[in-house]
Amino acid sequence: MSTVLSVRGLSVRFGGLMALDGVDFGVEEGTITSLIGPNGAGKTTLFNAVSGFVPASGAIELSGRDLTCLAPHARSRAGVVRTFQNLEIFANMSCLENVMTGAGRLSGYGVLAALFKTPRFWREERAAVARAEEALAFVGLAEHAATPAGDLAFGNQRLLELARALAARPTLLLLDETAAGLNMRETKALGGLITRIRDELGISVALVEHDMDLVMGISDHITVLTFGQVLARGRPREIQQNPEVIRAYLGEDE
Amino acid sequence: MAAFRRDLFSVLVFALVLLAAPLALTNDYYVSVLILCCLNAMVAVGLNLLLGYAGQISLGHAAFYGLAAYASGILSATCGLPIWLAALVAVTFVGLVAWLLGIPTFKLSGHYLAMATLGFGLIVSIVMNEAVELTGGPSGMVGIPRFALPGLSFAADLSYYRLLVIVLAAIVGISLNLIHSRIGRALRAVHGSERAAEAMGIDIGRTKRFVFVLSALFAAVAGVLYAHYLEFVAPSSFGFLYSVELIVMVVLGGLASVWGAVAGAFFLTVLPEFLRAFEDIEVLLFGAILVAGMMFLPSGLAGGARRLLGLLQPKRGRT
Repeated sequence: MSTVLSVRGLSVRFGGLMALDGVDFGVEEGTITSLIGPNGAGKTTLFNAVSGFVPASGAIELSGRDLTCLAPHARSRAGVVRTFQNLEIFANMSCLENVMTGAGRLSGYGVLAALFKTPRFWREERAAVARAEEALAFVGLAEHAATPAGDLAFGNQRLLELARALAARPTLLLLDETAAGLNMRETKALGGLITRIRDELGISVALVEHDMDLVMGISDHITVLTFGQVLARGRPREIQQNPEVIRAYLGEDE
Repeated sequence: MAAFRRDLFSVLVFALVLLAAPLALTNDYYVSVLILCCLNAMVAVGLNLLLGYAGQISLGHAAFYGLAAYASGILSATCGLPIWLAALVAVTFVGLVAWLLGIPTFKLSGHYLAMATLGFGLIVSIVMNEAVELTGGPSGMVGIPRFALPGLSFAADLSYYRLLVIVLAAIVGISLNLIHSRIGRALRAVHGSERAAEAMGIDIGRTKRFVFVLSALFAAVAGVLYAHYLEFVAPSSFGFLYSVELIVMVVLGGLASVWGAVAGAFFLTVLPEFLRAFEDIEVLLFGAILVAGMMFLPSGLAGGARRLLGLLQPKRGRT
């Protein structure tokens, strides 16, 4: 099994605060790897650093390719696609158009092709529509293709963001608290969906999540962060029984 | 494919209707108003790509318009270049200026683009007024030749109008083609959420620069055609007020709608001509109509038309 994402010695500093301090983190191919830890541990910061939204020092490699010098959009084009903790859908576009934006990662026709409607334009547009419809169907939003994204219910907006990322056919999918704000039934369905992303689409997933039932239920590996450092890593069962993790979550004195 | 056919069809119908309009409006005055409508619509369509689709505000589009008008005027009248070459150089020059202006500006976000374009507009305005030897100063520049292409003359206003309709139809067609492509989706994505756009692999800096230059180019084309129509340019036509008027056209017409921008430009160009009959309260009525438009048509003329169609459709279904 090969490593898809390899992060070594990652540090992020916000003024005087070390948000991440020499963190190593990896995602193996075809696995779901969760990142957990108390609030402020640096989980989202790690995602932001990997996707290029905050400057960081250290090594970030995607399947052996160095990402550290790439801008966020170039990292996405390289295959790291993420979702956001605070929904970032394009409310001004229909659901299909939202997802087609993700599918656009795979098309490369330029302005002239769009102006003169070259065969390449039609071919890539058709492929983008097909990928977008497929992704919408995968998350169960097929019937909402024409709905303005801003009109969707909150839970469906979460799914739309997921579909948009899937349509980009990423090598690595970063899910930042996708279950936040979902009810129990929706969270359970989301768990099944993420498992299917790994098993049916073969996409490696990294997950930041607070819902422990979800994390323990679907993760292959778990990394625990506290105060910007790795506290533990292992399989769900090992993490659940790790006394240091329990202390970090429940406080110093039992 | 369906969207493309619909766009092509609507552009053709639009061009044919405009070309046929002088048959009903035979008066020279009507033709001159229609010419101004077309010129404003060209700028408004370009500005709408920037403002309506990509969500970037420019308060300097009058300057692009004026810069191209002056450049083409000076090159043809003062330097004696053939008109088509002067026009080409002027448009390219404005595109280059916009590109250079975009490099530092799009490193900033939010209201800085508004500030930068506002400053740019003021600087251009000052240059037009002060570089008297080149521009003729505040009293303007005369003696600009009427636009002509090798073998084609547009001396009559009616033939000039036909030329403008074709150029406007081309600009609308280009815009529609871009909007219904991944480039159009990228523009709207940048408007919707810059972070998400980046996460989807869109180079937002490049996208913004592209649309900024394109909209400046459309304004430049209109500016060149303006100068070679009136055969006279003066700085007062290209001031800050005109930039604001253009924004009002786009907003009143409907943000993120190519046809809305066209409708807004035509509406706001024709309206003052109608209101002239009311003399004393002309400005008052103008303001009242704008306020009413914003109150009752929050998504502009285009949004209003869509709503009207939506109201008609279910009724048709029932009968």
